Amino acid sequence: MEGGTEPGTMTGTRIRERRLARGIAQGSLAGQVGISPSYLNLIEHNRRKIGGRILLRLAEALEVDPQELSHGSEAALLAALHEAAGEAAEAGNPDMVPAPDLDRIEEFAGRFPGWANLLAGTLRRAQAAARQVDALSDRLAHDPQLAASLHEVLSVVTAIRSTASILVETPALEPEWRARFHRNLGEDSQRLAEGAQRLVRYLDDGPGTGRDILSPQDELDRFLAAAEYRFPALEKAGDVDAALAAGDLRPGTGAHVLARAALETYGADAAALPQAHLLQAVARHGLAPLALAQDLDVPLPRLMRRLAAMPQEAVGPVGLISADAAGVIGTLKPLEGFAVTRLAGACPLWPLFRAAAQPATPLRQRIVQPGRGAQPVQAIAACEAAAPPSYNMPTLMRSYMLLLPDTAEAGDAAPMPVGTACRICPRPDCAARREPSVLAHAGDAQAPWF
Amino acid sequence: MTSQVLLIEDEPNIIEAITFILSRDGWQVRSHAGGPDAMDVVRARRPDLIVLDVMLPGRSGFDLLAEIRRDPALAQTPVLMLTARGQRKDREMAERAGASMFMTKPFSNAEMLEAVRALAGAR
Repeated sequence: MEGGTEPGTMTGTRIRERRLARGIAQGSLAGQVGISPSYLNLIEHNRRKIGGRILLRLAEALEVDPQELSHGSEAALLAALHEAAGEAAEAGNPDMVPAPDLDRIEEFAGRFPGWANLLAGTLRRAQAAARQVDALSDRLAHDPQLAASLHEVLSVVTAIRSTASILVETPALEPEWRARFHRNLGEDSQRLAEGAQRLVRYLDDGPGTGRDILSPQDELDRFLAAAEYRFPALEKAGDVDAALAAGDLRPGTGAHVLARAALETYGADAAALPQAHLLQAVARHGLAPLALAQDLDVPLPRLMRRLAAMPQEAVGPVGLISADAAGVIGTLKPLEGFAVTRLAGACPLWPLFRAAAQPATPLRQRIVQPGRGAQPVQAIAACEAAAPPSYNMPTLMRSYMLLLPDTAEAGDAAPMPVGTACRICPRPDCAARREPSVLAHAGDAQAPWF
Repeated sequence: MTSQVLLIEDEPNIIEAITFILSRDGWQVRSHAGGPDAMDVVRARRPDLIVLDVMLPGRSGFDLLAEIRRDPALAQTPVLMLTARGQRKDREMAERAGASMFMTKPFSNAEMLEAVRALAGAR
């Protein structure tokens, strides 16, 4: 603390304040506490440091909490005041005439604790606001959706400005050109209106509405979970738009686009494998995905999607997870006892991520996650082409993993241990670990490349 | 022979307007939407001046600029960069990548003409 007196000295100022406020004479207080009036005088003028028993006795005599008199609680305040003075000087604040008396900073804090705290609080709020501004301008610069929207609007504005000034400034513009530019203006103004609406809609969904914390995938999950992953209308060849309108997803948002794609797949699956057929086959075979797929002559991934869409009363709990070739989770219908999070990524040990390695071989495995409450589950994994094939282009695969409650049969191998997401996975000595766990006892399992 | 401007920009109505005003000013204007073959077109046309949008579909205009500057036959060609973001970062990137001039959308036709004339004159 440069410029001030030694730390701890401010206590004296406060003792003096308290004493005067209570109308006690210096000699009288000194007598009560058992020190000489001249020593108390030195203390009160911050010329002697005190602590321990004398401080306690003074606090008792003045009927205040010793903490209130002692320096400890003030250190942060003094630091904040110094910071405020420093920041103002750094900013070259022209209002600083006269400049703050740095040498009287402790006296100020001691005599006007309320004002001092107010100043420190204002400083902290200003700093927080500055950080927020930084974060927001960072968002402006780095938010890809916002950047794309703005780019679109500015591009159209550029075209409109250029076209309009041609129309205004070119004398004797040929009729063909005139007509052409008029048409361009018409098109562009339409696009500008749409672009501006998209931008406003996006900004409307900004901070404060709760939507900003959700990715489109999260919103889709919410939408599907609210429907319990079932769309009775689509079971009866109903309209995707009608099913979509029943939710609260807003047209034009990323979540709306995802939901439409999910419902279109749902509709196509339901048309190819109606609920009644599937449930009849389940009555014959039980929940045996491969036998069902063969009996019903549908690809395993489609059968798995259909099982995940059946009423729970009919087939019991069924979970389903899908992933693209980059390992990013797409569909996510959770099964109790098996933890999945979009936020932290998945575990590469899941059969889901091995399905695409041998596309023609479906996998079936009992797996168990670590931790209390984790139940072994039956995982069946298979994959399908995510898009129609093109000549000489590698097939894009999408993998699915169906999760069923464990039904261990005699002779089944022990469930294979798998993880959740590394950050929240306590499994030690794991070759698949890609980042340290935040959980205790996992620290010994370092990422292999550390 | 009239000087040739190659306009690499993906917004058709901007292409049309700029083509119009530059043609009226006596330039021969060719345009390209900035697809993967943009560099082939630059090499084939050997324009006197290039107007290049920063945000092209599928490719950054900076990339294309860097490639132009690496090609000894094209390295001296004046390049006017267009961007919808006037951020200092973009300006610096454009300078580093070797842009001769940098213009922020939306620009006026007069600014465009002035820039093109200045670049052609400086050549």
